[in-house]
Amino acid sequence: MSDSNGTPRPGWRDGLRESATFDRATLHEIRRAAREGIYDIRGGGAKRRVPNFDDLLLLGASVSRYPIEGYRERCDTDVVLGTRFAKRPLKLDIPITIAGMSFGALSGPAKEALGRGATAMGTSTTTGDGGMTPEEREHSKTLVYQLLPSRYGMNPDDLRRADAIEVVIGQGAKPGGGGMLLGQKISERVAEMRDLPAGIDQRSACRHPDWTGPDDLEIKIEELREITDWEKPIFVKVGATRPYYDVALAVKSGADVVVLDGMQGGTAATQEVFIEHVGIPTLAAIPPAVQALVELGMHRKVQLVVSGGIRSGADVAKALALGADAVSIGVAALVAIGDNAPELGREYEAIGSAAGFYDDWHEGRDPAGILTQDDELAARLDPELGGRRLANYLRTLVQETQTLARACGKSRVQNLEPEDLVALTVEAAAMARVPLAGTDWIPGTEAR
Amino acid sequence: MSVDLTAARTLSLADHTVRELNAALHAPDAERWEVLDPGGRHAIAAGLDAEISVEVAGHVGYYCAGMNQRASVHIRGNCGVGIAENMMSGKVVVDGDASQAAGATAHGGLLVIEGNAAARCGISLKGAEIVVGGSIGHMSAFMAQSGTIAVCGDAGEALGDSIYEARVYVRGEVASLGADCVAKELLEEHRLQLGELLERAGHGDLDPGEFRRYGSARRLYNFDVDDAGEY
Repeated sequence: MSDSNGTPRPGWRDGLRESATFDRATLHEIRRAAREGIYDIRGGGAKRRVPNFDDLLLLGASVSRYPIEGYRERCDTDVVLGTRFAKRPLKLDIPITIAGMSFGALSGPAKEALGRGATAMGTSTTTGDGGMTPEEREHSKTLVYQLLPSRYGMNPDDLRRADAIEVVIGQGAKPGGGGMLLGQKISERVAEMRDLPAGIDQRSACRHPDWTGPDDLEIKIEELREITDWEKPIFVKVGATRPYYDVALAVKSGADVVVLDGMQGGTAATQEVFIEHVGIPTLAAIPPAVQALVELGMHRKVQLVVSGGIRSGADVAKALALGADAVSIGVAALVAIGDNAPELGREYEAIGSAAGFYDDWHEGRDPAGILTQDDELAARLDPELGGRRLANYLRTLVQETQTLARACGKSRVQNLEPEDLVALTVEAAAMARVPLAGTDWIPGTEAR
Repeated sequence: MSVDLTAARTLSLADHTVRELNAALHAPDAERWEVLDPGGRHAIAAGLDAEISVEVAGHVGYYCAGMNQRASVHIRGNCGVGIAENMMSGKVVVDGDASQAAGATAHGGLLVIEGNAAARCGISLKGAEIVVGGSIGHMSAFMAQSGTIAVCGDAGEALGDSIYEARVYVRGEVASLGADCVAKELLEEHRLQLGELLERAGHGDLDPGEFRRYGSARRLYNFDVDDAGEY
């Protein structure tokens, strides 16, 4: 028996056949559940394979399309977010932002590294549950301040200090779910920011405390605009479940920007069963979201930011081609600054995991010093080096995106369009609403 | 910012928008303000951050005095959802009744509701003080973290569900308590605190000894699978 790369799996002998239904991970989970009597909690996003951007291909220029010369002809990457109502929209140099991640889940140096890297590349970072830290504000030229159900750390001074406000309704890893930061990560500072005693489990509510439904949301957004004198763009973030309706309702509620997070999007901690079984893939979420915007006459007027499993410039290009104005990265940014690094392999093994697999982020023992509140561990992360690595990674994503956009004849990355895409699988063709490669067949729609 | 401590301004929402009102209140040139014809509009006097007093002559909609800092806001009527939500400091008084989520997540300051408050009063409270002259609805003080809620009337079902360190005082009946919320002994320390709070809220005629105290049993502070049925 071997894996998909042909590498024999450990423990295999002639005559043994592993069950596809009860594979080793499944057997391990059954035994763990029987032993502990509680669901598994972990961080990150969906690990199962779902239709994704790898199932799409871009169609380069041909007889009927002119390409753009690399290194000679411009291929613009800047984007403006929040042009609908805000007096001061965000002007970003690149269409890749850093997603919301909390101080609490992440260490102070990790937040600083994200701010440094994003600022170097002219893009934004985002706070998370737990509020804004002075270090984060200092190192992020453009900072989006999240308004979450818990309202931990929420205050009007930070609201005014922010460059944009993101009303978080859900996230792709756990749409419909709240959060839990276990006591071992509630340091004195985290506790103080959240108005809670140190060392106790901190629950984040799944619903906002003072509004319910889209009619109330519209009034809530109006209040936030009044408090900030209509200066700040208001984002609305939803986990991808019913994107057509959610995006339409966010627009109706007055959002300047909609952030749509697919099921591959990460979380600091939630139930494994939630991560793997609730929500839809990012690929499947974009077309209905864009459809809603187009039907409302709001495509490109209310900007769409897509997140959840963005890894490469190819992912960025394909998301933009499907109609997104920008993308957002979380897990990839953490990897870029050093999370799960192979150099720390022994230390990951010492805590019962392995480099590349570590996802017990809620336990706060991350040897990389990123997903922890332990001062000694956190001190391992050099925020300047982390920031440089993130900037390098973002720079690479931009170069890759431009390479693909130029090949498709686009002088601006947002000019990529569904017509530039085909799908490798029937499922991806149906979800992305682009033809199966080599055919004109879009499953579920009229042939084009 | 210089505020004329002698000046007073009157502004009617029949003639001005809420935006115009709030813009004026965010850069105030007078200490005392009177708002006429509020007509149930939303976000009236939201985001104030100055030592001014604002009196609103009538009913207001959602989020009146939202995120208030330092200002004193007096509503001569009823108010909609989320009065003084996330207030940081200052004082907000409602002569009439309040809708849901009064004082939600408020960090500081004093909210006084002379009438009744609907469901979820003081939800996720983070340090502010709330005094309700009448009764409060169900699920009030849900996940309240810190601060004080004093209720001169009754409390609805599931009071203080999943409460943290907030203190709740109720003079009348409590329909039921939520998960991990228990009745606690009213010690002298609490009598003094409550008496002083009632005095500041204009209810100094009430005897703190007539109130009962509720708070967290702290059994659910750290997740234990054996408590799963409690949530």
